[in-house]
Amino acid sequence: MTAPALGKDLTALEYLSADQLRLILDTAEPFKEVSQRAIKKVPALRGKTIVNLFFEASTRTRISFEFAEKRLSADTVNVATTGSSVSKGETLVDTARNLEAMHIDMVVIRHGASGSAEFLGRRIRSNVINAGDGKHEHPTQGLLDILTLRDRFGRLEGLKVCICGDILHSRVARSNIWGLTKLGAEVAVCGPQSLMPRHVADLGVTFIPHIEDAIQWADALNVLRLQLERMQAGYIPSLREYNRVFGLTVDRLERAPKDLVIMHPGPMNRGVEIDSAVADGPHSVILPQVTNGVAVRMAVLYLLAGGSPDWSHGGGE
Amino acid sequence: MRGQPILLRGGRVIDPSRGADGVADVLLQEGKVAAVGRNVGTPDGALVLDVAGKVVAPGLIDLHTHLREPGQEDLETVETGALAAVAGGFTAVCAMPNTDPVCDNQGVVGFVIAQAQRAAKARVYPIGAVSLGQKGQQLAEFGELVAAGAVAVSDDGTPVATAHLMRTALEYAKTFGIPVADHCEDMSLASGGCMHEGIVATKLGLKGIPAAAEEVMVARDIILAELTGGHVHLCHMSTRGSVELIRRAKEKGLPVTAEACPHHFTLDHSACIGYNTNAKMNPPLREPEDVEAIRQGLRDGTIDVVATDHAPHHYDAKEREFDDAPNGIIGLETAFGLAMTELVDRGLLTLPELLLRMSTRPAQVFRLPGGTLAVGAPADVAVFDPDVRWEVRPEAFLSKSRNTPFAGRTLRGRAELTIVRGQVAWRRTE
Repeated sequence: MTAPALGKDLTALEYLSADQLRLILDTAEPFKEVSQRAIKKVPALRGKTIVNLFFEASTRTRISFEFAEKRLSADTVNVATTGSSVSKGETLVDTARNLEAMHIDMVVIRHGASGSAEFLGRRIRSNVINAGDGKHEHPTQGLLDILTLRDRFGRLEGLKVCICGDILHSRVARSNIWGLTKLGAEVAVCGPQSLMPRHVADLGVTFIPHIEDAIQWADALNVLRLQLERMQAGYIPSLREYNRVFGLTVDRLERAPKDLVIMHPGPMNRGVEIDSAVADGPHSVILPQVTNGVAVRMAVLYLLAGGSPDWSHGGGE
Repeated sequence: MRGQPILLRGGRVIDPSRGADGVADVLLQEGKVAAVGRNVGTPDGALVLDVAGKVVAPGLIDLHTHLREPGQEDLETVETGALAAVAGGFTAVCAMPNTDPVCDNQGVVGFVIAQAQRAAKARVYPIGAVSLGQKGQQLAEFGELVAAGAVAVSDDGTPVATAHLMRTALEYAKTFGIPVADHCEDMSLASGGCMHEGIVATKLGLKGIPAAAEEVMVARDIILAELTGGHVHLCHMSTRGSVELIRRAKEKGLPVTAEACPHHFTLDHSACIGYNTNAKMNPPLREPEDVEAIRQGLRDGTIDVVATDHAPHHYDAKEREFDDAPNGIIGLETAFGLAMTELVDRGLLTLPELLLRMSTRPAQVFRLPGGTLAVGAPADVAVFDPDVRWEVRPEAFLSKSRNTPFAGRTLRGRAELTIVRGQVAWRRTE
């Protein structure tokens, strides 16, 4: 067996090289086809046990991972617990030790604390995949966004992508920024400055204050979900005003100089960060993003399990 | 019975209080410095220690220590903290009042002093709370706290909650001649933050505490010191903006003193990378420019003293998500080595200047005995090996806790012998 191409865990796109990112994207390509078969299953992870450990509510990501695991023939267990590990009374390190004692092969973790996936990965021998850790990263979301862009444009080099919304609190934004910049895309961020990290330019992105200017500049917009609690915490005055100043509306989109590709990681607040007519319109790739999510997660699971990139030609176990 | 006289023979005697630095003998007798000079005679029955090549200095004094007793004796006790202190060359520590119960009454002050007497290691000076229960509402009884032995007041762990409370505390404290020591943090700016607000926090996805959270309170306290004429002591300064504010306040002659911790002149926020909870403290580790400003502040005296903010925590508590881990590190056994390595070896301070910032000046700021080897002064003396290079090994600490980001680091200089009240309180045996 050759050395794993990705290392033991996938916790952050920050830690991956451009070659590793391309390897995942390329490995996802043949997996897209598996989901279109009548019998949607390959034996790549037969006999492997995977725990989906979700400390935060999630529908789409959890289901996407579970489909990816089942289509690779892995045995899966779902552990969903609302609230933090602290309120549950057991520490994350104890949870980790218990999982390890049951001889599992992989853990997919979603947790409200930044760094929790890395924390777990350093304490157990099993592979750890980050399904979203606090405000840090959501690497498989970043990968599926990037795969969707590559599908649409046929390239990433020089592509202009603007991420719109609450950059300060967004793990999706961080993973997109790392992944896209490593692969040669130009990345901008747009949104209220109360929701921008200070020194955001140090991440290698351009800040565009007005959504109208972002629409003029970009080839693609990735519109983030606005968490309603940001309003309660005093970062923005109201959802109504957010839509009026920063929302991706039909009017604004009509003034775009070219056909823009519109993405959204979901779940959407229709009429807040994005108008329904835009989300459901011809520029939207929101549903292809969801489809690609399964393929990208199959690729990540497969590669971390030690699979070789050319699995469809007789590689792997 | 005061025990046998001690003659420290042939060391380099540094006494910043008198500007003295030269080879001499030091005789300690009946709990006091009896003589300092060449060829001091040996009294009958004296313990004679050859300390040639070592540095003999007034014992270090820490203005900012968390001893955790009463309430969290699993983390530290007065005894273990006072033992860690003497192992670090400290002959006196000031114990912060954020214990359980809070040290806001003469009963707790008396208890801490009684525990310290029982331990018979470093001297322990309790700091009383500014407000009852440190709740930021009603002033604690400063008069009774001081009568019982408190040397300052502070709501450390949290800031003095309101400008009005700070104002009245500064005014009221003047009667008793004690400083009000403030943990400067605007809670509305810092709320939910767990490290410095900067590029590292952005990358790690952790909520930041802006430098402004400290500086807003430093500015408030300086303005109130000017209004009241009361002595405000600014704890654990961490930002370049704070240093600049204090510099201007001192130029105006305001009654403001300040301290900085070894971690804030040694580490920057990049120490948090990898979610290292031993680099989590409050105030947080800042940027390299802030580290440099703290060093310069100590060099030019804008920052009066080095204090440890010794904050013991159980290893379990640090072995968790960064958001949930407690703030703070222990510091008594690494402070001198860090200061030697980061300040003296870099040419920012001479060794006598460092001892000024760790012994003489702290005694002056809190009006404590010690910090001097003048004849008749308390026989609180530390002997350092200034040249020894040693590796920080937390398992060898005498503190009950092990939470330090400096494990494995090589430092220069450490205490070899610590004498409190004229008696050997600790002596390195390895």
